[in-house]
Amino acid sequence: MKNNKLYTVIIKPEECKGCERCVNACPKSVLKMGEQLNFMGVPYAYYIGDGCIGCAACFYTCPEPGAITIIEKSEEGS
Amino acid sequence: MTGKIVYARSKGFFERFERRPGAIKDNMHYCPGCGHGILHKLIAEVISDYNIQDKTIFISPVGCSVFAYYYFDCFGISVPHGRAPAVATGLVRANPDNIVISYQGDGDLGAIGFNNFIQAANRGENIAVFFVNNAIYGMTGGQMAPTTLPGQKTQTSPFGRSVTNEGYPLKVSEMVAALDSPVYVERTALSSVRNIMNARKAVRKALRNTIDKKGFSMVEFLSGCPINLKMNAREMNEFIDNQMSNYFPLGCLKDIADSRDPIKRPEGVYNSRQVIDVLYPVKVQKGVAPDFRNPSRIFEKERRIKIAGFGGQGVLSLGMMIATMSKLRNFNVSWLPSYGPEMRGGTANCSVVLSREPVGSPVVDKECNLLIALNQPSLDKFLPELKTNGVLIYDSSTIEPPNCGDRIVYAVKASDIAKRIGDLKYANSVILGTLSVVMEDYFLEGADKQDFDRTFEEAIMDCFSSKQSVIQLNIDAFYAGKQAVFKENQPDGAADNYGDCAVKNK
Ligand SMILES: Cc1ncc(C[n+]2csc(CCOP(=O)(O)OP(=O)(O)O)c2C)c(N)n1
Ligand code: SF4
Ligand code: SF4
Ligand code: SF4
Ligand SMILES: [Mg+2]
Repeated sequence: MKNNKLYTVIIKPEECKGCERCVNACPKSVLKMGEQLNFMGVPYAYYIGDGCIGCAACFYTCPEPGAITIIEKSEEGS
Repeated sequence: MTGKIVYARSKGFFERFERRPGAIKDNMHYCPGCGHGILHKLIAEVISDYNIQDKTIFISPVGCSVFAYYYFDCFGISVPHGRAPAVATGLVRANPDNIVISYQGDGDLGAIGFNNFIQAANRGENIAVFFVNNAIYGMTGGQMAPTTLPGQKTQTSPFGRSVTNEGYPLKVSEMVAALDSPVYVERTALSSVRNIMNARKAVRKALRNTIDKKGFSMVEFLSGCPINLKMNAREMNEFIDNQMSNYFPLGCLKDIADSRDPIKRPEGVYNSRQVIDVLYPVKVQKGVAPDFRNPSRIFEKERRIKIAGFGGQGVLSLGMMIATMSKLRNFNVSWLPSYGPEMRGGTANCSVVLSREPVGSPVVDKECNLLIALNQPSLDKFLPELKTNGVLIYDSSTIEPPNCGDRIVYAVKASDIAKRIGDLKYANSVILGTLSVVMEDYFLEGADKQDFDRTFEEAIMDCFSSKQSVIQLNIDAFYAGKQAVFKENQPDGAADNYGDCAVKNK
């Protein structure tokens, strides 16, 4: 089984206000703050691309309605 | 990549926030890391999960959440500061099937609106109150709130809240849980994910109670205002979890919904015809056709009337009768009462303006055409405002004959006549009778002369329609007042009630 990542998280740069709540809350430390600024002029969080367990901690702690989307991936590549 | 979306923007929110002005239409107006946003998501999720969007009314308070109606895809109302529970009461009483959310900050609920809130709780209104306690006035820039912690520095407590000066923080949940009516009170925190998940459960429970009509539910949320408290996300959570929760312990303070039956209020009256019958039981043919105009020239100009006396003498209702009479003859009228803080025993006056044109100012303070004075102080006070060719009517039972120059003066022993009829309170209708004579003597022409007695009667019936038993007595008083003038004007004079109405300076 090559791909054991069952979840992935998408953070929309243009909806993130860079508060870092998700970064602090993630039990797997797979969210980080970026350096780039979005169109509102704030740095935004991003997913390092690996290790999300779909716990939704980031989703519920994030104050923005649509900044975070969590996707359960179908087991491709197994 | 294929996959299933498990957590995403809730259907309880609008897809785009079109109501939000400016370029940003996808996220909310709150500062980064604000607790309001976290809670909005919990609420949006549950109104969508419970499928109640088409009967939920979200009340946006004054405070940072003033624009919450930009976001929730349900009904919304904005209300003045602290008034959400009062408006919520109206919404749920008018339609018990409405699911009403009263969303309030700690300034809104705990300070300016506390009485509205606690009374609604005590009435057991079937509403869900979501109380965002961020220990600060967020919107206005960080002033001290009732819930600001001891020692906490704010714009208005720069040395820290001092309990010796400002008292201890208001424990809203404890206070409301002590009442018998509320069914559910819980304090939660929008800090760690664990606490947020407990808050999520509490939101669901409160709305479940509302759907089941169990009565008043309140959830308090210890919430972050990172901007005004000048904290980053980590410091904010620590402040909530250590300092705030220390003073405001988390947990359920009351949950008795299971033991309560759904609320059933007495059936209201929803038919407008029925409401009119209840409020105005006397049905009379009143008024005239919409195009009717009194022909008398006097009415070409605005008539400005001041009625003044002692609170409780019927000053305001006398003004109301005159205004009603004019309204029934298609005049534009205004009636503006003015009285001291005491209901009885103080002075009261009212200004009545009648005009064929729309009334500009309803205040009669100068250029008064007609002054009716029911006691000496009122006469002394307002006589200077009466125009030189104006008319004064006064109650000569109690008032000394004034020196009035060129004004037309009518005196009537209104109180004495009223007492004879049975009660002092009829004095105002006696005056009305006198007024009708004044009008006939000086102002009315042609058909108006006959028409106006009927108008006065209609006005009395209209004004007392909820107290049917006194209508006839007031009409008697009206004719007694009229009669008093008439007898005085008999050439032979010397009628029994000589002096009841003396026409002077005519
Ligand atoms: C009648 C009235 N008084 C005062 C204000 C000014 N005012 C606006 S918001 C606010 C306090 C808001 O604090 P809170 O309810 O705690 O809401 P927050 O912004 O902290 O969420 C005040 C006093 C007002 N808008 N209306
Ligand atoms: S879902 Fe959980 S594991 Fe995945 S990014 Fe969010 S917080 Fe981290
Ligand atoms: S919690 Fe939301 S707004 Fe804050 S940094 Fe993370 S994605 Fe951005
Ligand atoms: S001022 Fe405070 S309460 Fe208001 S939006 Fe900003 S963080 Fe939230
Ligand atoms: Mg506040």
